[in-house]
Amino acid sequence: MKQNSISERLINGILKENPTFVLMLGMCPTLAVTTSAVNGLGMGLTTMVVLALSNLFISFLRKVIPDKVRIPAFIVVIASFVTVAELLLKAYIPFLYAALGLYIPLIVVNCIILGRAEAYASKNGPLASLFDGIGMGLGFTVALTIIGAVRELIGAGELFGFMIMPESYVPCSIFVLAPGAFFVLAALTAIQNKVKIAGEKKGRDMSKIQSGCNSDCMNCKDTGCSRRFYDENEGKEKEGNVNG
Amino acid sequence: MSNLMKVSSNPHIRSKVTTSNIMLAVVIALLPAAGFGIYNFGLGALILIAVTVAATVLTELIFEIAMHKKITVGDFSAVVTGLLLALNLPPKAPWWIGVVGGIFAILVVKMLFGGLGQNFMNPALGARCFLLISYTSIMCNFDCDAYTGATPLASLKAGEGVNIFNMVIGKTGGTIGETSMIAIVVGACFLILLGIIDLKVPGSYILTFVIFLILFGGHGFDPAFLSAHLAGGGLMLGAFFMATDYVTRPVTSKGQYLYGIILGLLTGIFRIYGPSAEGVSYAIILGNLLVPLIEKITMPIAFGKGGKKA
Repeated sequence: MKQNSISERLINGILKENPTFVLMLGMCPTLAVTTSAVNGLGMGLTTMVVLALSNLFISFLRKVIPDKVRIPAFIVVIASFVTVAELLLKAYIPFLYAALGLYIPLIVVNCIILGRAEAYASKNGPLASLFDGIGMGLGFTVALTIIGAVRELIGAGELFGFMIMPESYVPCSIFVLAPGAFFVLAALTAIQNKVKIAGEKKGRDMSKIQSGCNSDCMNCKDTGCSRRFYDENEGKEKEGNVNG
Repeated sequence: MSNLMKVSSNPHIRSKVTTSNIMLAVVIALLPAAGFGIYNFGLGALILIAVTVAATVLTELIFEIAMHKKITVGDFSAVVTGLLLALNLPPKAPWWIGVVGGIFAILVVKMLFGGLGQNFMNPALGARCFLLISYTSIMCNFDCDAYTGATPLASLKAGEGVNIFNMVIGKTGGTIGETSMIAIVVGACFLILLGIIDLKVPGSYILTFVIFLILFGGHGFDPAFLSAHLAGGGLMLGAFFMATDYVTRPVTSKGQYLYGIILGLLTGIFRIYGPSAEGVSYAIILGNLLVPLIEKITMPIAFGKGGKKA
């Protein structure tokens, strides 16, 4: 698959570099709002919209933003989209707004969004960045919905608000409380790793691909992901002195 | 002959004290409390104990077979966990409570952290707190055929009088194994005589708890109030059988006294100021989490390592 193509970006975000199960980013909303499948889905989609749009705009602005103030500049772009999303939710989906509460403004500081802006959108073209955001957002949505569904099923016997379990089932309410989030996240991550290891043994390529970051952190010559470096697409020279 | 020629690394001194012997002794020491529970609450208690022990042992066996690990079911530690967990369940709890608790205790608290000796928290207590949070209404319902209404500690907290004689004997409501102070102390004396547990943790635990009650209990030095608190709830079972767990108590001697003091303070705070009448389980698992820190500050200095730095 061609690197930085649309389909490659989508699959990368959903499977190979799933922000929740592989990158372990954005744990705060993951653990806090996934008390039901609907909440997880709502949080995931809201984040996806913000992520895709902020990636797109940061990619457009990547040559205008000075390197030294790039983090504040990214935050301003992200915060604007979060405010838009928050007002839209409040106006059109009030029940979701009430359920997610404080966690909507907190999307601003979600590390997935800032991470993608820094690691991908600030180095790649607008189209690839947009689909990187959509892919990552979909991966986040899928993860949160699955976590929410498992917690809701065990902790309340329901799925998307419908009673699934037989009436004799006694809900195990710890799963809709905070500890349940940790149990479910750990179990799902373990299952995901198990599947990937099994796939690797069969010879399928399960390695992470480089999305602006070297997958081998031990031998990374780019002093981590925090510096801009050689842009593969445009053959641009390195900005600044990478090695300090 | 070939056995005699075996060359092995030290230590060379052999002792009959093995893990399975110690665990078997703990099982025997728990039998009086379990037996009294069955006598007190009837056949339902026996079934619950049997189901819970079967759940813990089978979980360990299945996990070890599935993960291709050495089978360690023979060391009786899973039996001890199951028995302790069952003694901490209300007598009328449905059988699946024991199964869910047993699976959680062994799978999540013990095996996922590496099996016996690696668990950071007493598996039986971890499972009890898991059940207490998950199924609050079932775990707090101590009504049974023999006794209805509040447990002695709950009535004590509400300011009502309690019959201390019945509490010491154990003829009150409560979890299966906690009611009889006498049966638990008999079992504990057996372990102390065998040298398997000592009084460092239970002694400092109970003493601190009594001092806390005298100072902050609101009754001053009132023997009736104090003995009711000592005989009621899970204090005796917790102090002698759970706080002394080899894996989750500090290894240093000073640390064990400190651990007991912390447990006593926490239990006192939970019982006097907390919303619920009982606090032994939460006190001990909170103490378990502090053990690495306690060991760090009480580690004795090796010979030649201390003294002033030049």
